[in-house]
Amino acid sequence: MIGLEHYLIVGAVLFIAGIACMAGKRNAIGVLIGVEMVLNGANVNFVAFARYNRNLALEGQIFALFTIVLAAAEAAIALAIVLNFYNNHVSVDVDAAEELKG
Amino acid sequence: MTFEEFLFWSLALITCISAIAVAASQNIVRAAVWLLFTLAGVSCLYLLLGADFVGAVQLIVYVGGILILVVFGVMLTNQGPFVNMKTSAGEWAISLVVGLLMLGLLLGCIFAANWTELQETLVVDDAATSRSANDLGLALLGVAQPTVVPDAQAPKLNVLPQQKKTPVAYLFPFEIVSVHLVVVLVGAAYLARAKRRRRTAA
Amino acid sequence: MYEWIVAYWTPIIAIIAAALLMGLMLVQAIIFVWLERKVAGRIQDRLGPTRVGGKFGWLQTLADGIKLLTKEDFIPDAADQFLFRLAPYLTVVGSFLTFMLLPFGLGIIALESNIAAFFFLAVLSTEVFGVIMAGYGSGSKWSLFGGMREAAQMVSYEVPRAMCVIIPVMIAGTLNLMLIGRQQEGFIWEWYLFHDPFTFLAFWVFFVIVVASCKRAPFDLAEAESELVAGFHTEYSGFRWLLLFMAEYGSMFTTSALAVVLFLGGWHTGLFPKDLTHYLGPLGNVINVIVFLTKGWLLVFVMMWVRWTLPRLRIDQVMTTGLKYLLPMSAALLLGASLYPLLWNTFIPTAWQFRDPPAIPAGPAPLKPASVSGPVNEPASVAAVKP
Repeated sequence: MIGLEHYLIVGAVLFIAGIACMAGKRNAIGVLIGVEMVLNGANVNFVAFARYNRNLALEGQIFALFTIVLAAAEAAIALAIVLNFYNNHVSVDVDAAEELKG
Repeated sequence: MTFEEFLFWSLALITCISAIAVAASQNIVRAAVWLLFTLAGVSCLYLLLGADFVGAVQLIVYVGGILILVVFGVMLTNQGPFVNMKTSAGEWAISLVVGLLMLGLLLGCIFAANWTELQETLVVDDAATSRSANDLGLALLGVAQPTVVPDAQAPKLNVLPQQKKTPVAYLFPFEIVSVHLVVVLVGAAYLARAKRRRRTAA
Repeated sequence: MYEWIVAYWTPIIAIIAAALLMGLMLVQAIIFVWLERKVAGRIQDRLGPTRVGGKFGWLQTLADGIKLLTKEDFIPDAADQFLFRLAPYLTVVGSFLTFMLLPFGLGIIALESNIAAFFFLAVLSTEVFGVIMAGYGSGSKWSLFGGMREAAQMVSYEVPRAMCVIIPVMIAGTLNLMLIGRQQEGFIWEWYLFHDPFTFLAFWVFFVIVVASCKRAPFDLAEAESELVAGFHTEYSGFRWLLLFMAEYGSMFTTSALAVVLFLGGWHTGLFPKDLTHYLGPLGNVINVIVFLTKGWLLVFVMMWVRWTLPRLRIDQVMTTGLKYLLPMSAALLLGASLYPLLWNTFIPTAWQFRDPPAIPAGPAPLKPASVSGPVNEPASVAAVKP
């Protein structure tokens, strides 16, 4: 019997993989990919709660929709920033962004 | 094993393995391909959860939009066709340890919590639990609906005593998100154009 | 045994439906390739294939297919092996998944979904990823250029395509393709093509967009042979090349079929006031399927006709057409199609006014155990529709 916990575990694995991706990648686009996975992990939880609890049947799905839309917006802006960064530094290595280091 | 369980386990395995592969792969385009499998797997999980509309939105926005955007970004910023930006072993170890610790924390929380109070013990009919695209659309248009789904099988269910909530609608957040998207469109266009304008001015 | 069948009813039916649709996709591709060569021959004032399989070269495609299958399985040194192998399968999956949402006749649909039209667009938009991967994974400049052009083209044509799909969806009041088809039941003027002037224009705009999004000429910049050798499939040969082409022919048919469902009355002949199953029973549904396939194939034929008649556009012209012309046009058509019934109903006598779409009698679900059905279940679905 598949229950709520199973989906929560999938969400947790996605979340952690995203965190590891954000921490481990030096390519700015890799970091962006990590952020997307973190948001997906959260979304899986939302939709799972919407399925298994009737009080959240509407809220869970609507929150997931809002998250997806905001993630799209975030990706567009982040990629624009990355491209600008590449124009200035000829690299997308996040370690190259160190002008503001004290 | 019922068919639903078989579907869940195979989809969950695909999703989790490819998510880990995204984090582990060194080539950024490979990471994007694994991300495709992760996102498609999550979309199928949504379909399995009875959230058709969210699953389709996941497919069209993530796979058809964000992933293409990411691949575009990779291709525009790669010097050679197959550039690796190697992560050093120390950084790897740190991210692995942090990741495993957090995973342990989350799994501990999931197993420690008593979900049976929140979760209905019977998996009810799809039509009763999952909201259709119509309900979602009405809610986003600001038509308030009762949040509690009318209960066809009340005697069989072991649910919380349902406190009367006021019906909720989401017109205002919807408008905010729309305005937000317009702002993002303008902002992304501005950021992407900045360099070319400077060159023409100079 | 019986219990086992009941427990696994859904997957069994799903597998049968998938096998039937896969067969349709393969057989169709064989016919389309032959037709393409014949059409090209006729338009260029030559004969096309004549030898293999008799007078008209019927078996030419089969011979070609056998030749392709026996070719060496070749992967260039510069290619990214994993991506190079994976890309054709991704493309085919994207193309094949749309087949399951098409209503071939009354109740003959693999997956009847409440959001079918939206899901169709979502699945179609994933197809481009395989092409980009093919272009990138080949490790060749021609392929990379092809893949990038394809990505730019697909992304910019996705928006007007979605807008054109919204127009009939708005009139029908549902995203369910089966219901959209059933609402166009009756004579030819019930088709959404003739609903109002805006839908009439929307069909042509939609068809142009569909041609572009299938990367067919005059928009086939992704594989422009005079500039890019063969674009994203330059390095492909043998079975993988076959798969890429099957995906292209498959998506040509599915997008044409989507146009048929949304604008051209779906499986209805347009000559009788009621659906054919009303008169003929299950036999009517057989005719329905034939009518639907014929309409789809006619549109595919028009695509071929256009391909061999018009010269190819430049890449900047393709982008201009998509973003500066087709996008504003489809936005204006969407606005017009939503305002037209309102204004018409305000100023025109009651008798001629637009009415709400006729209520579809809510029959029971076509198949009891699951929402998955296939052509095998004709009698059940027909019985469901009869009062």
